[in-house]
Amino acid sequence: MFRMRKPRRVPGLNTTSTADISFMLLTFFLVTTSMDTDKGLLRKLPPMPQENIERAADVKKRNIMSITVDSDNRLYCDGKLVSTSALRRQVALFVENKDNSPAMPEKTVMNIPLLGRCSVAANHVIAIQVDRNASYDTYFNMQNAIVLAYSDLRDRQAHVRFRRPYKKCTKEQREAIAACYPIRISEAVSQGGFR
Amino acid sequence: MSMFRRKIHEVPELNTASLPDLIFIVLFFFMVVTHMKETTMKVRYEMPQGTRLEQVVAKSSVIHIYIGKPVAGNRTDTFRIQINDRYTDIQGLAGVVASERSRMSPEDVERMTVSIRADRNTPMGLISDVKQALRKVGAYRINYAADEKTVK
Repeated sequence: MFRMRKPRRVPGLNTTSTADISFMLLTFFLVTTSMDTDKGLLRKLPPMPQENIERAADVKKRNIMSITVDSDNRLYCDGKLVSTSALRRQVALFVENKDNSPAMPEKTVMNIPLLGRCSVAANHVIAIQVDRNASYDTYFNMQNAIVLAYSDLRDRQAHVRFRRPYKKCTKEQREAIAACYPIRISEAVSQGGFR
Repeated sequence: MSMFRRKIHEVPELNTASLPDLIFIVLFFFMVVTHMKETTMKVRYEMPQGTRLEQVVAKSSVIHIYIGKPVAGNRTDTFRIQINDRYTDIQGLAGVVASERSRMSPEDVERMTVSIRADRNTPMGLISDVKQALRKVGAYRINYAADEKTVK
């Protein structure tokens, strides 16, 4: 306590290389990041039939649109050869059935919240039958075309009713429009082998 | 030789003290969005392209099924199914999915989605067998994984 201690000066930490180190970490993460977003077509499979009894669905002929893919990846819609873009139009026409034609699905009047009374093709079925040798790509493009057809209809309806595209609608509005154009797809499972 | 002597300006040194902080912020961003690949691919696949795709929301509740030809094989090989790190066949598929599901939390089990990442040339027979197996085990929500089509 007799002599005053000389205050020691702490030298400043040299942080010049911190930037370099964090740059290296950054580059590592930049390289390893894949940002891969899991996108695809969401589908719901039907539950297994009870006790293996295949219940023959009781659907009127006018309500069915049959889509077939053969082993050479050709698309048939109601027996006629079609392209995917033609399929998209045909599905949209079929589901909409604007003029209530007797060859197209019958319409039932339903009370949908927000939309009021709508005539909905509630019983229509798009029956898909795919050959076991058809390629997944063809099948996927067909599914995509069907999804596009439905979303065309829903978009149009959303524009008419809410003056905005389907995607921009609120959840309730979207539910209402989806109820107006329900997606009804049935897939037949074929047995046997493949190439 | 000029008439005026230019005054020499002294340029102040750039202060880089905050540079590490900036870099760290970018780094943290990448750390958060990155998810490391957990599975090593044994099959090679090229997914189909679609236009109106939906995003699978909950990552933790997704089971991936990869279908394609073996990476180390040649063109004549048959298509194989891979879940996690192992090959399975149609008979074993249900068991693997069930055991994966038992490892999930109850909320995830409810919204469990099976994402089928299959090669374009996979025969549909294999795909429908897989779907049939998934139906049997009660995994009804499926996703046909695809790439976004870039050019219209």
